[in-house]
Amino acid sequence: MSALGAATARLRRPRPPRTLAPTRAVERLLAGNAWLVFAFLYLPIIALVVLSFNDNRLASVWGGASLRWYRELVSDAAVLSALRNSLIVAVASTVVATALGTAAAIALERFRWRGRRTFDGMLFLPVIIPDVTMAVMMLLFFVQVFRFAGNMLGITGAFGLTTIILSHVAFNISFVAIVVRARLAGMDHVLEEAAADLYASPWQSFRHVTLPLIAPGIAGGALLALTLSLDDVVITSFVAGPGSTTLPVYVFSLVRRGVTPLINAVSVLMLAGSMLLVIVSLSLQGRRTGGERRRDGQRSLPSA
Amino acid sequence: MSTSTGLEQDAVRAEARRGLLIGLPAIATLTVLFAIPLIIVVAYSFGTRTRTGRTDFSTLDLSAYQRLADPLVLEIVSRSLGYALLTTVICLIVGYPFAYHLATRTPRVRAVLLVLVMLPFWSNFLVRTYAWRVLLGSDGPLVRLLGALGIDDVVLLFTPFAIVLGLVYGFLPFMVLPLYAAIERIDHTLIEAARDLHASGWGAFRAVTLPLSRSGVIAGSVLVFIPAFGAYVTPELLGGSRTTMLGSYVVRQFLSARDWPFGSALSVAILAVMLLATTAYFRTGGRSL
Repeated sequence: MSALGAATARLRRPRPPRTLAPTRAVERLLAGNAWLVFAFLYLPIIALVVLSFNDNRLASVWGGASLRWYRELVSDAAVLSALRNSLIVAVASTVVATALGTAAAIALERFRWRGRRTFDGMLFLPVIIPDVTMAVMMLLFFVQVFRFAGNMLGITGAFGLTTIILSHVAFNISFVAIVVRARLAGMDHVLEEAAADLYASPWQSFRHVTLPLIAPGIAGGALLALTLSLDDVVITSFVAGPGSTTLPVYVFSLVRRGVTPLINAVSVLMLAGSMLLVIVSLSLQGRRTGGERRRDGQRSLPSA
Repeated sequence: MSTSTGLEQDAVRAEARRGLLIGLPAIATLTVLFAIPLIIVVAYSFGTRTRTGRTDFSTLDLSAYQRLADPLVLEIVSRSLGYALLTTVICLIVGYPFAYHLATRTPRVRAVLLVLVMLPFWSNFLVRTYAWRVLLGSDGPLVRLLGALGIDDVVLLFTPFAIVLGLVYGFLPFMVLPLYAAIERIDHTLIEAARDLHASGWGAFRAVTLPLSRSGVIAGSVLVFIPAFGAYVTPELLGGSRTTMLGSYVVRQFLSARDWPFGSALSVAILAVMLLATTAYFRTGGRSL
């Protein structure tokens, strides 16, 4: 009896407010945490940008504003040569990886074939494999290829831009495939079927229906590949030869010897480069059909 | 009837052929540039290091794997595991409330905040880590700030603190983005229902929000743990000789010690930890990352 009484009393109690947001105190805590996280994410970057305009020889002691290090940088032959190598590697590996990755995405998302699941698994590995392991794999692979080429064919191979480009292709195919696949999965099948009903050949329907619709995905994948290629230190340093040092590898070797204002300036230029790529990527993703925008934006996030 | 199934079978076969054909260039490339290198690393791990630093494959040598039980190696492995776990836990504690906050904003604010999270995530990793080297250095702003506050002789750089800080900084977005995706997907009427049934705010969170965002928690943790465990750039720039992590130790086997079988065995060990973590992820119901 008393239990029933307690239950009815509870039922009569006024309902709690129907708000989704937590109480105000919790809300404040969450907002405070968010501000702290953003400060944590951005303060180091801002500090670096400010210090790059520092006139002082000591990299972290302020000595007035100047463009001195940027002037020194543009006349530094080693930096310029490394930058050139970086751009060659990034563009070449991105073009190849984007073509192969897009084809892989289409094969996996639009066709049923034997070995599809195995391939799916193999495509997934380069994304999660740590850089160091991938670097070891590429080094030993090329050493064996060179040995084979030397013994069997009498060709002497050497580490250089080609080995770097091939290694970057190896890890970039997967990233492109994942981004393009997300885009394909979000695309309506009906459009391709309609094209087929209207007597379009498979190639025509691909060329005039599928390709324009997945173009933002391909561009997004290519930009991710470009970014990853321009970011890589470990794999590149394992397969680089004399004279084929890329900018991150060069900066890494400088940083290990100490912090200098010149590195600050190079770093800021590299940051500016990546920011530019993000802005291009975001403006490309902005150009898509309205209804799809929300879901797609979400999908492309964790995969990156 | 039989002709129709015959036609269907033909169509299925044609589709399979076309799919394989389109995928073939990527399959061939990945086989040559990924699968074969993987096999070569495993082969090297069973090789013998000769006195000149070359590797001899004539016998199946397990000594590289036996050396994984060396006290020094075990210390480095457990240190890497410790730093990686600590990094994952900190990212989770900081990242969950952050992702929750993000997911409960209005769509317009959410879009802006997401871009702000993505921006550092897409910027150069080496440069972002280098920034901490500048900030934490002995004549850097943080040490001088502490000095001004009366706390002298603080060493921040080349310590475990610096490494974990750098790892958290580098990989926090990997935690936030899957968490955000998971929390944002939750049907808010379920939380409303829990509140209608007299659940407290915390009770509703524990009974509804947390279980429903579990996939994000696991995905984020795996995505942070794996790169943190195999990290090379961060410990190399922010750590010292007494904080060597597995990644640096592997690189040393190749670039200075020239002990390729041992370095390969270490790489295989990293690979095994990675596969273990991802298998755990898929076992607990995770879908494709």
